[in-house]
Amino acid sequence: MKKKYISVLLMAALTAGTLAGCGDTGSGSNGGSGTSGAESGSSGASNAEEGKVINIYSWNTEFSERLQAVYPEVKETSSDGTVTTLKDGTEIHWIINPNQDGVYQQKLDEALLNQASAAADDKVDIFLSETDYVNKYTDADAGAAMPLTELGIDPDTDLADQYDFTKVTASDVNGVQRGSTWQCCPGLLVYRRDIAKDVFGTDDPEKVGEKVKDWDTMKKTAGELKAKGYYTFSSYADTFRLFGNSISEPWVKSGETAIKVDQKIMDWITMSKEWLDAGYLDKTVKGQFNSDWNQAMGSKSKVFAFLFPAWGIDFNLKDNWDGKEGSWAVTNPPQTYNWGGSYIHACTGTDNPQHVKDIILAVTANKDNLLKISKEYLDFTNTKSGMQEAAKDDKSYASDFLGGQNTFKYFTPVAENITIAPLSSYDQGCVELIQNAFSDYFQGQIDFDKAKSNFETAIIERYPELTEVQWAQ
Amino acid sequence: MKPKKTDGIRTVIAHVVLVILSFMCLFFFYILIVNATHSHADLQKGFSALPGNYLFKNLMNVANDGTFPMFRGIINSLVVSGLSAAICTYFSSLTAYGLYAYDFKLKKAAFTFIMAILVMPTQVTAMGFLRLITNMGMYDSLLPLIIPSIASPSVFYFMYSYLQSSLPMSLVEAARIDGCGEFKIFNRVVLPIMKPAIAVQAIFSFVGSWNNYFVPALVIQSKDKMTVPILIATLRGADYMNFDMGKIYMMITVAIVPIIVVYLLLSKYIIAGITLGGVKE
Amino acid sequence: MKKKNKSIDYSKWGYIFILPFFISFFIFSFIPLADTIRYSFYEYYRSGIKEIGPNFVGMANYKSLLASDMLKYAGNTLILWVIGFIPQIVIALMLAAWFVDARLKIRGQQFFKVVIYLPNLIMASAFAMLFFTLFSTNGPVNGMLMSIGIIKEPVDFTGTVFGTRSLVGLMNFLMWFGNTTIMLMAAIMGISADIFEASEIDGCNSIQRFFKITLPLIRPILAYTLITSIIGGLQMFDVPQILTNGQGSPDRTSTTLIMFLNNHLKSRNYGMAGALSVYLFIVSGILCFFVYRMTNDDDPDGSKAAARKAKRAQRRG
Repeated sequence: MKKKYISVLLMAALTAGTLAGCGDTGSGSNGGSGTSGAESGSSGASNAEEGKVINIYSWNTEFSERLQAVYPEVKETSSDGTVTTLKDGTEIHWIINPNQDGVYQQKLDEALLNQASAAADDKVDIFLSETDYVNKYTDADAGAAMPLTELGIDPDTDLADQYDFTKVTASDVNGVQRGSTWQCCPGLLVYRRDIAKDVFGTDDPEKVGEKVKDWDTMKKTAGELKAKGYYTFSSYADTFRLFGNSISEPWVKSGETAIKVDQKIMDWITMSKEWLDAGYLDKTVKGQFNSDWNQAMGSKSKVFAFLFPAWGIDFNLKDNWDGKEGSWAVTNPPQTYNWGGSYIHACTGTDNPQHVKDIILAVTANKDNLLKISKEYLDFTNTKSGMQEAAKDDKSYASDFLGGQNTFKYFTPVAENITIAPLSSYDQGCVELIQNAFSDYFQGQIDFDKAKSNFETAIIERYPELTEVQWAQ
Repeated sequence: MKPKKTDGIRTVIAHVVLVILSFMCLFFFYILIVNATHSHADLQKGFSALPGNYLFKNLMNVANDGTFPMFRGIINSLVVSGLSAAICTYFSSLTAYGLYAYDFKLKKAAFTFIMAILVMPTQVTAMGFLRLITNMGMYDSLLPLIIPSIASPSVFYFMYSYLQSSLPMSLVEAARIDGCGEFKIFNRVVLPIMKPAIAVQAIFSFVGSWNNYFVPALVIQSKDKMTVPILIATLRGADYMNFDMGKIYMMITVAIVPIIVVYLLLSKYIIAGITLGGVKE
Repeated sequence: MKKKNKSIDYSKWGYIFILPFFISFFIFSFIPLADTIRYSFYEYYRSGIKEIGPNFVGMANYKSLLASDMLKYAGNTLILWVIGFIPQIVIALMLAAWFVDARLKIRGQQFFKVVIYLPNLIMASAFAMLFFTLFSTNGPVNGMLMSIGIIKEPVDFTGTVFGTRSLVGLMNFLMWFGNTTIMLMAAIMGISADIFEASEIDGCNSIQRFFKITLPLIRPILAYTLITSIIGGLQMFDVPQILTNGQGSPDRTSTTLIMFLNNHLKSRNYGMAGALSVYLFIVSGILCFFVYRMTNDDDPDGSKAAARKAKRAQRRG
């Protein structure tokens, strides 16, 4: 019996393999019509002769889905999602590696190092990066991401409707923009209506907004919540992005080897310890994206609020909430902040500059396309005028989950006020390791100085070229 | 009379201990399978000891995900682990026999050398290994996961110990008198004697290779060559959009089923082999 | 003359039989090892996507490793290994002795033998993931303990040094005791039944029999178990890595040597990782040399000699 089952499985798998193989050859054979119709001479880099394969490196299918939704040239995508064929026969090959354990960046780095010697069809044409490490690739010396002007995109005119901070984020130290995004991640405070009613006597977003308008008020509010047995936030990590995004100097200044821990980060440490000891935060939740944190979003939890951008509300909160719809509401955060964002870069050495330009413009600079993405995927997209329209259009953008609130009304002012923190190519490690190192301190396992030295050890392990850590205060 | 009584008590203790240990061992499989029957949303809300009704849905989610070649992964893993186990046990026995049965100048040196490299952790050479296979053009291929298992010092050592205790040289001499060639002697006379040892080591190395993540993660790039542990890591690495704990538990469950089947098939030989070895001496 | 010819002839076969092993080792282990050792003397890492080096720096990597917390991580590794290994070997010896003891009428032997090996089949990382879920602060274990009323507040298992280390030890124990039991059982069954019978006639009780006969006779297999376990212990990575999210928390007390190595590999620091690998290689070599010596002091064929001795002793007595 067992044997029979195994052989059936084997057969099925073999058939599947053969079919996939057929599909591949099929899509390969209809390539070759060429792209001679490239729009003429918008830039020096675009060649008349375009390659047949566009290789796109990414860590998930987010970009692939959005491109397929809005890029008019898309003809079809293979069933396994690895190859998208365009109408002119060019194939997009999606090379997707997980972010887990830094695998994505590792594989991308290898490919970039071999970029010069790779065959035309194996060259990286487009790659994606996240805010935390965008600077590693837009760095002028590294030269991995092409300046947009070389593609024939003029950021001042073509991307005029984008939020300025996204343009700053994607630029190198000289202010040359080397990437573009469809997405913008301003964050809000999202709270439980029932807890607000119980503690403040009202769940009106305006009134609750008053209660959380800045950190001093927030702390008083936290005291009120505590008196009724509620936690203000779930974990100390929840507030990190607000502080981390308002640092005055980059973690590491360009050309220096010293890490400067900003006063704002020290403030976060002081506040987190104070709040945790005062019982304003849930001691049992350590960090984010783990099961304790997820449970804190459930109906049995005593946590009043979370700090989330659009994606956090739609994926994390919605998935973990097990009560009625309309139990949550959004309001202004105590401090404006941005959390996340995926940037699209044209890779130096690409053999498809015309297609790359086309794709970047279609996905990140076309207002209609962006509004379509906002409607379909609930992203807060990178179009100032479009988002202002959305903010006024309560009918099309009302969220059932938030009891009919139009979140864009709240996101838009935040997005307009974001000034992105100065970036460095070491941000990802710094942000991750400082939270790790001080988490032991918050929980009372080690003292403050030990946490500092643990951070120093860890950061130099990660970035051997750094030499010292300078602490504010 | 007296020894019998203590034996009775010992039997009871033995049973109690065994039941507790077995419970602990099976408990984790129970949790795993129960978790595989819950949807992601249920799992996030907290643990439940009762099975849910999401088993089939999770299975379909894993099996039908076009971007996630589950069957392909299982086949790759079967190929890699099966071949590794086969050549690892064969060549280790061959090496062990070579050192046990023959006298030659470098015998002692070779033996000492193998004992010295027995302790080398795989991670030590990982970087050099990656560079080497890239230069040899074997990057992103299954071969570097299989061929190196020819040299498995710890399997060799086990085989060597086993030969020492169970292969009388007189048997080899007798075969030589019968006019057998050396290879034939090894394949026809020595290997059958070593069957129990081979069964034990085959399952060990099969499991080791099946669960290996470190080396495949370095070597494999393309989807159609991924092995099961890489696929699981891919699922775990999926971000907030596609993250689905139900799928992860399902995939782990799917991953251990073949190996449990192989184990149950081989365990008969192992235990039979052990008993045989006991009777013989 | 003839005989000599023959033996030369056979020695050729010895070389042929061990050749595949050595070729494979040379290509897939020795060349990479040499590469690793070479780079340990260089400054060679990745900064962003720029490659720095290789610049020859002599022993600098070795020195800076000694100045780092490497010894602390070595200590962690040792502690984590010991808390897993001691219960493992004790329980395994006990079970193996019980399984082969005909006078203990253990029912469902076959079932138990199969079951105890099962945890070894599951991937270490998957196992650690399950533990992580089970023992999280709001997880099922805390839930159960609280509902029974043993504790009032949830226990923060992974928040304390003791808790984290115990969990790692428990996992390693569970994963490996079945494997060890099978190995030891094979060894004990290899002992002639005559010896046990003789000892019984002499009035040995089960404890005496175990320590005086079983233990000395299975010494080679014990050595094998110890050596493989030491190698496994030095290589400990998946379990603490996943249980602590790669942080070795709290306060890096569960960071093992390989996790430390992994940190360097993550930053693509070939020089430092190379030097650390060389240290690891030396340490494991020394450890195994001692173990090998300790357990094989007289003849490599210790089991047989001991068996013969025991037999003779029995006959005389």
